[in-house]
Amino acid sequence: MDAPFRFSRTPLDVAALRAALADPACGGYAAFEGWVRDHNEGQRVHRLEYEAYEALAVREAERIIAEARTRFGVAHAACAHRVGDLGVGELAVWVGVSAAHRDEAFRACRYIIDEIKHRLPIWKKEHYAGGDSGWVNCERCAAPAAHAQHREHEHS
Amino acid sequence: MSAPLYGLVLAGGRSKRMGADKAALRIGARTQLEQALALLAPHVARAFVSVRAEQRGEPLRAGFEQIEDTRENLGPIAGIIAAQERHPDRAWLVLACDLPLLDAATLERLVHARAPARLATAFRSSHDGLPEPLCAVYEPASSAALAAYVAAGRTCPRQFLMQSDVELLEEPNPRALDNANTPEEYASAMSALADGGAAATRRVTVQYFALLREQAGRPNETLETRARTPRELYGELARRYPFTLDAAQLRVAINSEFGDWSAALRDGDAVVFIPPVAGG
Repeated sequence: MDAPFRFSRTPLDVAALRAALADPACGGYAAFEGWVRDHNEGQRVHRLEYEAYEALAVREAERIIAEARTRFGVAHAACAHRVGDLGVGELAVWVGVSAAHRDEAFRACRYIIDEIKHRLPIWKKEHYAGGDSGWVNCERCAAPAAHAQHREHEHS
Repeated sequence: MSAPLYGLVLAGGRSKRMGADKAALRIGARTQLEQALALLAPHVARAFVSVRAEQRGEPLRAGFEQIEDTRENLGPIAGIIAAQERHPDRAWLVLACDLPLLDAATLERLVHARAPARLATAFRSSHDGLPEPLCAVYEPASSAALAAYVAAGRTCPRQFLMQSDVELLEEPNPRALDNANTPEEYASAMSALADGGAAATRRVTVQYFALLREQAGRPNETLETRARTPRELYGELARRYPFTLDAAQLRVAINSEFGDWSAALRDGDAVVFIPPVAGG
């Protein structure tokens, strides 16, 4: 497969993404789709804005997919992520895996989406019904996290 | 209402590693003690020198208002406690006398950004990210906490700040708080002063994303900096822009790979500070 991970500024074509994983040696295919939800932490969400540091994100995503193939022995794995403005219900991220059997396909798919969420430099700005907006994980936690990291420290 | 500010220069140390009285070492025409008092002067109504009992009559210290330690063998924290006992309704701008590279701009930043509702205001070290206790403002409310801390057998002022409600600032000048405890450190500071701090600047590009892009008001820039590490560079930028994220919440990338906060920055490096991510 040519590019196992890519960003897209236009809607994802799931049929084409899925077709690229087809393989006569594979008896199982698992996919995950992440959709834009209309609420988060008690607020009504109208639309989302995704922004990515693409150069680093692509490298890290390729590492994640290579890790999944090695760990679970799956034949093919791929991921696509939207950037830009998305409305409620739109497909934001897609992960697909094909493998000889279903178990490794499910597990590799789960691994990839979990790692993608934690490791890729991608940011999400939520626009709320009231007109407010905020960068997820960046606004409300701005102050307290700084104090959590300190460790006991001996010095002269 | 914030308490009026008094100044305290800590000059009661034993200077064991230096092998000579640190307060008496020279920075140009002044001793380090005189230099520290001169830096304090614009910000405080009165300034004192913290001394141990046997130092009271020394010629270098005799010419200044003094506050004598009331407890023995506690190190610098004894000086702060003695000052708070003497004037409990004052906040104390505390300075060590062995900060040869401390500049007026750094002190101005500290006083300007002082948060009187918290126990203290201090800088986060550009070297290890921990609070710097000996160039800091201690509010009157900190005295009870300090007394309890010492009563529990603790003496480290840095650990005191790490466990207290403290306003932490990024250092505007990453070398300002380099302390000189040994002849080698003093020599290094003197040579930094001799080249006017102008030594070794590098040209780096910084790309901003998400919240940092909005707060910087730009997607990228190229700048000449004296910062030697990403940590120092973030400190410099945090002074220029209203960043709300601490370095501790960010990761750093250099030339499109995750990097280390204390890696050496080189000419031409492309640096990205990575806010908490939220993909998927």
